Amino acid sequence: MRRRLALCLVILVIAFFCGAAIFAGRIARFSPEDQELCAGLSGPGHLHWLGQDKLGRDVFSRMLYGARVSLLVGVSVVLISALVGFMVGALAGALGGMVDQIIMRVIDLLMAFPGILLAIALVAVLGPGLGNVILALSVLGWVGYARLVRAQVLVEREKAYFESARALGAGKLRLIFRHLAPNVLGPVLVQASFGLAGAILSEASLSFLGLGSQRLPSFGSLLSHGMNFLRAAPHLTIFPGLAVFLLVVSFNLLGDFLGDYLRVEEKGNLR
Amino acid sequence: MRSYLVRRLLWFFPVLLGVSLLVFFFIHLIPGDPVMVMLGESARPAQVEALRARLHLDQPIHVQLMLFFSDLVRGKMVSIYFARPVGEVIAPRVLATLQLAFFSMLAAVLIALPLGIVSALKKNSWVDFSGRVFSLLGVSVPNFWLGPLLIIFFALKLGWLPVSGRGGLSHLVLPSLTLGMAMAGLLSRMSRASMLEVLSAPYLRSGRARGLSEWSVILRHALRNALIPILTVIGLQFGALLSGAFITETIFAWPGIGRLLINAIYTRDFPLVQACVLVIAASYLTVNLLVDLCYAWVDARVRLGRER
Repeated sequence: MRRRLALCLVILVIAFFCGAAIFAGRIARFSPEDQELCAGLSGPGHLHWLGQDKLGRDVFSRMLYGARVSLLVGVSVVLISALVGFMVGALAGALGGMVDQIIMRVIDLLMAFPGILLAIALVAVLGPGLGNVILALSVLGWVGYARLVRAQVLVEREKAYFESARALGAGKLRLIFRHLAPNVLGPVLVQASFGLAGAILSEASLSFLGLGSQRLPSFGSLLSHGMNFLRAAPHLTIFPGLAVFLLVVSFNLLGDFLGDYLRVEEKGNLR
Repeated sequence: MRSYLVRRLLWFFPVLLGVSLLVFFFIHLIPGDPVMVMLGESARPAQVEALRARLHLDQPIHVQLMLFFSDLVRGKMVSIYFARPVGEVIAPRVLATLQLAFFSMLAAVLIALPLGIVSALKKNSWVDFSGRVFSLLGVSVPNFWLGPLLIIFFALKLGWLPVSGRGGLSHLVLPSLTLGMAMAGLLSRMSRASMLEVLSAPYLRSGRARGLSEWSVILRHALRNALIPILTVIGLQFGALLSGAFITETIFAWPGIGRLLINAIYTRDFPLVQACVLVIAASYLTVNLLVDLCYAWVDARVRLGRER
């Protein structure tokens, strides 16, 4: 019962942020760029619910648009990474032999590199911007999925349904997409939930360091702005940070719940 | 055991070479002319040509690669901003980062290990629940939020600790807590799980049946065995601390290699960026290698399993 309540809460938080991101233009009472210089650094009030920044811009409106950036980067990185990871992992697992060996050595090499370091280095050379952040985070993002999918494929291809499909003359592509894909989707979804949390955190980190989008407000850039006014306007730091924290915890917990659900399902199937 | 060590050591060098190649090609990923990007539009043609020659960008790619490795080995890579060899610029920064990473690890171990053990011993109690909540918060709280929150509360409101900079022990408290929090969360979860697994082992029941005191059973027998996976996580996380200190160093103006890298990016000092990335990645790889070797040495199952 307690777990179900926690799951409902998690889904509610995620739905809230998704709604905020999608309908930012309708919900926001002010444009994120509207300045009111004489009211700079004002605290939360009835008109500006979460206060105003140094230039008098509405923090709540900027956070709504920040949620859009965070989720856009998170979802894009997860989609690209999962798709590339699935293709590579499925190929390695299904074909085996030399192809598998080469792919696994490349994966080992990439896994030896600290992810955020490579992302920072790539954004440094390509230049800041939303597209480059997505690219930089996806370059290593697919590796985890590929490893996971390969391991799943190695298990699945020993099962009777796979053997039967092969015996009936199904081609390699049909085997991978028609028979293997639906059966390895569960663990990939769990990984995607954790991946979303990681991508949101990494995007916020890059924006905090000034390497994210330069045009759009994001949680990281809002926090970075707030760092200059910790004494005078702590609300500039507290609210955007809380938003990132809630998003990350929610996606991490969703991953936990999905993982538990799949384990229970698997046990049920075994029985 | 020996064949595992040799294989693990042999794998280290191709990976390091791969990382170096990646770092070499970074400069070629810069859109447009990298020299113009570094010096800006107002640079004089003579300056542009001088820097192009110094970075060997006027040579064919294979010669550039040879010269890159030659400069790297002989310590001849020069920072554009500091106009000094990158080794001289980086060395003191590495020490600062090592110090921060060490104290972060210490803070994480001192908080998480007792918490994880008590959580396991008092399973399903409120202590266990608090421990699990702490672990979830520790793993999820972003350090770019935790750092400023700690500054607001402990430095600005209470005035107990300095806001930023590197000095005595008091300067280390807030950055260490910020950097070590994620590790503490992970470690408390790990030590709880490891301890729970060991606590259900039959040899503990035998120990109790022989009349050993509860403390002796827990500290001498359970904890010793539970520590093996915990030590591995500590080692691997130390590598992560070394390679992930950018944000904490930026928040607390800590003069480490992470902050140096970020500043080098701002000043478009690409030779320094390359050197910092290489040093951080190499130290991460080295720590992981040492952990793997230690794990094989400590845990006979790994050692024998690999040999079979």
